[in-house]
Amino acid sequence: MKVPLHSTADASASLRCSSVKYSRYSPSSRLAGRALVLACEERIDPVINDRAVRVASAIRGVRRQGVRDVVDSYAAVTVHFDPVRTDVTALAHDLEREARAMEGAAVDVARPSQEVLIPVCYGGARGPDLSDVAAFGRCSEAAIIERHAARVYRVYMLGFLPGFAYLAEVDRTIAAPRRATARLRVPAGSVGIAGGQTGVYPVEAPGGWQLIGQTPTRMHMPERADPFLLHAGDAVRFTPIDETAFHRLAAGSGRPAVPA
Amino acid sequence: MAVPGQQFARIAVVKAGLLTTVQDLGRWGFQRFGVPVAGPMDLVSHRAANVLVGNAPSAATLEITLAGPELAFEDAARFAVTGAAFDIRLDTASVPNDTTVRARPGQRLLFGRCRRGARAYLAVAGGIDVPLVLGSRATHLGSRMGGVEGRALRPGDLLPVGPSDEHAGATPRSRPTPRALPVGGARVRVLTGPHHPRFAQRSVDAFSRERYVVTPQSNRMGYRLRGTPLTVLEHGELLSTATPVGAIQVPPLGEPILLMADRQTAGGYPRIATVITADIPVVAQLAPGDWIEFARCDQATALRALIADERAVLCQEDG
Repeated sequence: MKVPLHSTADASASLRCSSVKYSRYSPSSRLAGRALVLACEERIDPVINDRAVRVASAIRGVRRQGVRDVVDSYAAVTVHFDPVRTDVTALAHDLEREARAMEGAAVDVARPSQEVLIPVCYGGARGPDLSDVAAFGRCSEAAIIERHAARVYRVYMLGFLPGFAYLAEVDRTIAAPRRATARLRVPAGSVGIAGGQTGVYPVEAPGGWQLIGQTPTRMHMPERADPFLLHAGDAVRFTPIDETAFHRLAAGSGRPAVPA
Repeated sequence: MAVPGQQFARIAVVKAGLLTTVQDLGRWGFQRFGVPVAGPMDLVSHRAANVLVGNAPSAATLEITLAGPELAFEDAARFAVTGAAFDIRLDTASVPNDTTVRARPGQRLLFGRCRRGARAYLAVAGGIDVPLVLGSRATHLGSRMGGVEGRALRPGDLLPVGPSDEHAGATPRSRPTPRALPVGGARVRVLTGPHHPRFAQRSVDAFSRERYVVTPQSNRMGYRLRGTPLTVLEHGELLSTATPVGAIQVPPLGEPILLMADRQTAGGYPRIATVITADIPVVAQLAPGDWIEFARCDQATALRALIADERAVLCQEDG
C-alpha cells in the first residue's frame, strides 16, 4: 500500500495543513512560524501511523538545534521549533528526507514496539457505563467485556492528559459514542470507550468517555526516568480481573504490568 | 553566588491572590506523551522580569492574575514586577513596574488593585526554586504538575529562592522596554487556520469583522469567546493533531476557544485561525469582559513580528 506523506507547514502559528496538501514545502512556508507539520492521509490506519511514529523518532534522532518538541499523532508529525535558533530550511529537508525514506521502506505491517498487558476490573462502580455500552451493542455486559478484552490495540498517540494513550480500533459492535455530558471527575485508572477508540485515564480528570472498568496499573509514574507506561506504536491488551485481584495489584505499588 | 552550606532565601505566602502560579519557559519535549507545555501566558513580560533581576532565562517567576497576593520576604531579596499594572506596595512604599527593587528581611509585598492588563510577573533574583518536573518548574494545573505541588499558591506556602549573583541585573542601557497594555480589548493578528475551508462563508466573515468577548469561562488553558457562533459546514470527524498556542478551535456549538499556555497537547476540533505568537502576550493581558478582534495577516508578517520581539528580549538576556 502506497501512502503519500504530504508536507505542509504550521506557522506561529499554523499554516494550512489538511486542507491544502503540498507535495513539497513552498519557500514561503519554510520560513514562516515555529512549527512544521508533516500531514498524512486523514484516517486511522496502523501503517500511516507507523510512518508518523518512525518519522518522528528519526527527527528526534537528528537533534537539530532549536527543535523543542516532536509530536506524533494519528496521521501527522508536528515539529515545534524556536524560530530564532533553528535552520528551518534544513529542518524541512530532514522531514522530507525521512518521509521519503519511510515511503520507500517495505512496511506491510506496523510492528508494535512492545506489548503491554493491562488488567481491568470491569463493570460495577468501576465501570458505571458498562450497562449503557451493552445497550448500545444490544448484548450482555459479559459480551462487552469479552469483546473489549479480545483485541490487541495499537497506541496511536498520547494526548489530552500526561500519559493518556489513544488506543484503536475497538470492535464496531461496542464502539459507543462519547457520553452526551462529560463527567466532572473520572477516577484515575478508568478505562473508557469513545467510538472506535479506547483508553485509560492516567489521573483523575473531567471526561466524556464511556467508562467500562478500571485498572490498578499506573499509566504515569513521575518517579521514573521514563515516566509513561505507554508510547506511540506499542500494542496493548486488556485482561479481565476481579475485585480481589484489583486490590492485590493496587497494593503492589502500581508496578506496570508485564507482557503475558 | 552560591556558597556551600548557605541557606537560601525564602518567601512566605500570606495571601495567595486569585491565581498565582510558578512558571518558567515551559515543559518542552514531552508533548508526545500528552504532557502540556504550560509556562507563562505573557512570555515577554516573564522574560523581561528575569532580565531585570539578572536571572538566567530559565528561572521561574510568579504569574499573578487579576487579584494579587501578599508575600513576606523572610530574607533580603531583589525583585522586579512586569506585565499587568497593579497597585503594589512594599510595606508602605509604592513599587513601580519594570524596576529592580531591594527588599529587607521581614518586608511585605502587597498587590492591590489591577488597574490595567490581567497578568503580572514577579521575578526574584535567584528564581523561584521549586523542584524540576520533567525538566521544568512550570505549574500545569490540569495535570497537577510542577510548581508548588502542581497547584496555585496557598496561604502558608514557603517559596524557596535559588542562589543569585548580588551584582547581576539589568543595567539601565539594557532595561527592557515595557509594552503597552490593552485597555478594554485588543485587535490581534491571525493566520488562516488549517480547517478554514470547513467553515461557512458568513462565519468566516463574522470572525474577521465582529468583536468577540472573553467570557468568565476563560483560564490558562484557553479563552472561551462569546460572539456570533461559527458554523462548520463539513462535519466529518477530524483526527487529533498537535495544537500550537494561539490556535482558535471551534467545538460543535460554535463558540470559539483560543488555546493558551495550558492547552492540551492535541485536539480534534476544527481550527479557523491561529493568533500569531508575537500577539499572544497581548491576549494574555485580556481579562473576562474584554473584547478581541481578529485581523488576518500573512506568515511573513507573523515571523517578522516574532523575530523583532525575540531580538529585543534576546539582546537583554544575552547582554
